[in-house]
Amino acid sequence: MTLVRHELKQSRISLIVWTLSIASLLAVCVFLYPSMKSEMDAVSEMFSSMGSFTAAFGMDKVSFGTLIGFYVVECGNIVGLGGAFFAALCGISVLAKEEKEHTAEFLMTHPVSRWRVVTDKLIAVILQIVILNVVVYLTAVASIALIGENIPWKELNLLHLAYLLLQVETASVCFGISAFLRRSGLGIGLGIAMLFYFLNLVANITEQADFLKYITPFGYAEGADIVNSLSINGEMLAVGSAFTVAGIVIAYVKYCKKDLR
Amino acid sequence: MLAMEAVGLTKYYGKSRGIAGVDLSVEEGEFFGFIGPNGAGKSTTIRTFLGLIKSSGGSARIFGMDTQKERTDILSEVGYLPSETTFYAGMKVKDVIRLSADLRKKKCRKEARRLCERLELDTEKKVEELSFGNRKKVGIVCALQHKPRLCVLDEPTSGLDPLMQREFFSILKERNEKGTTIFLSSHILSEVQHYCDRAAIIRDGQIVACDSVEALAQTSVKRVHVEGLCDLAGLEGIRDLHYEKEGAVFLYSGRMELLLNRLAKSPIRDLTITEPDLEEIFMHYYEKGGEQA
Repeated sequence: MTLVRHELKQSRISLIVWTLSIASLLAVCVFLYPSMKSEMDAVSEMFSSMGSFTAAFGMDKVSFGTLIGFYVVECGNIVGLGGAFFAALCGISVLAKEEKEHTAEFLMTHPVSRWRVVTDKLIAVILQIVILNVVVYLTAVASIALIGENIPWKELNLLHLAYLLLQVETASVCFGISAFLRRSGLGIGLGIAMLFYFLNLVANITEQADFLKYITPFGYAEGADIVNSLSINGEMLAVGSAFTVAGIVIAYVKYCKKDLR
Repeated sequence: MLAMEAVGLTKYYGKSRGIAGVDLSVEEGEFFGFIGPNGAGKSTTIRTFLGLIKSSGGSARIFGMDTQKERTDILSEVGYLPSETTFYAGMKVKDVIRLSADLRKKKCRKEARRLCERLELDTEKKVEELSFGNRKKVGIVCALQHKPRLCVLDEPTSGLDPLMQREFFSILKERNEKGTTIFLSSHILSEVQHYCDRAAIIRDGQIVACDSVEALAQTSVKRVHVEGLCDLAGLEGIRDLHYEKEGAVFLYSGRMELLLNRLAKSPIRDLTITEPDLEEIFMHYYEKGGEQA
């Protein structure tokens, strides 16, 4: 656990900044709901008549006038995209930074197996994602309670579970890539998170691109679908889980054989 | 028992040569010097021994254990000081030292404190505030605090002032007297000559000489210092010839009677023939196509 503790200490500022940013943005969004509630009928009508834009963000499937509809569209994007960026940055840098910052020689000349290093770093990444998500989830619950709305527990739990899984998958894919890198991969990480996000937007716009939802974790984390079906799409989740496992396995295989410079 | 053993150890980075067929053996308890200039393969040899890089051929063993298969067991017996010590930014010196001990699952606070005192290291400073020499000291404490059986030191004195170098070698000598094997990779030949029992010279990825420091210095090459006028033209085996105001200095590996005959016919006032120092031997091995003297 030494390495897990060390990793968490090293990334605590980044974790605090990202967690506070996402949680406070989400809280602000929820606090805006009561003031917008009275105008929601007009807003909802406007948002539902913007063609592809409406479909891209799933606003054709939920009512923007309800708390959960508002939450899915507004807060969903904050937690989904913000969380994916954080997860991607964590995953892409955690292995590569040892060589980039020339600390690999220090770490790897201690009696710690490569397998142990990969495992502990993976645990550290997942722990950071879990911490961020727990704080964000509690902020969401507290914010909704504070504005005096009924908390839609089932929808909220499913949504946040999906965001957690989305982030774990994004981090795992980036983790696999991180094992190949010797320099900063921040651009690659952010690019992957953005790619996943836009693949889902494209899939939402045209049915012909529906298959893209199986490639991107934003497919099973689509808030509108979760709220309507009160479930997470199992098939998409299965494909996503395969990507998660593949990313992790690749990281182990590559890092355990890699020449460290 | 052999502390380190390499048989035909080879490492290629793609098509470029790192080391080729390195044979090396270091007995437990030895103070062993490893000499070679940049790019000769010193670091590649060390990194292969420590399992940081995988060899392309041959084998490397430490205390009889395979460096690829039993890397973790080996590293718990080894203290390594890299030539460039880099630590995690934002950490205090004491945290780096504790992290190193924790990674080894060893409690060595007493020894760490003792080493910090001897090396005059401020443990409250952050590592990024440290000079190169002080970073080196942190590396030394991390490499020695757990009292390893084998210390692998890559250019350990770069950045240390002369007083600190002396203190550092005094620590190493004490450890060596208690049975610790010291593997010292260095550019500074006087260090090797002064402290090491045996040494190996590596050139172009291959060991060109490996013997006791005394034996390495006792080659057929002699350093000749002549005072007075002398004509050396046509004599074979003269290298590194410098004419001085009062005479000439050169390395001579030719037939001694030919040299003496020539000098006997010259108006020389004085003649000194000595063993060359290790630096001169080293240069001898590094001459293009140099062969064992």
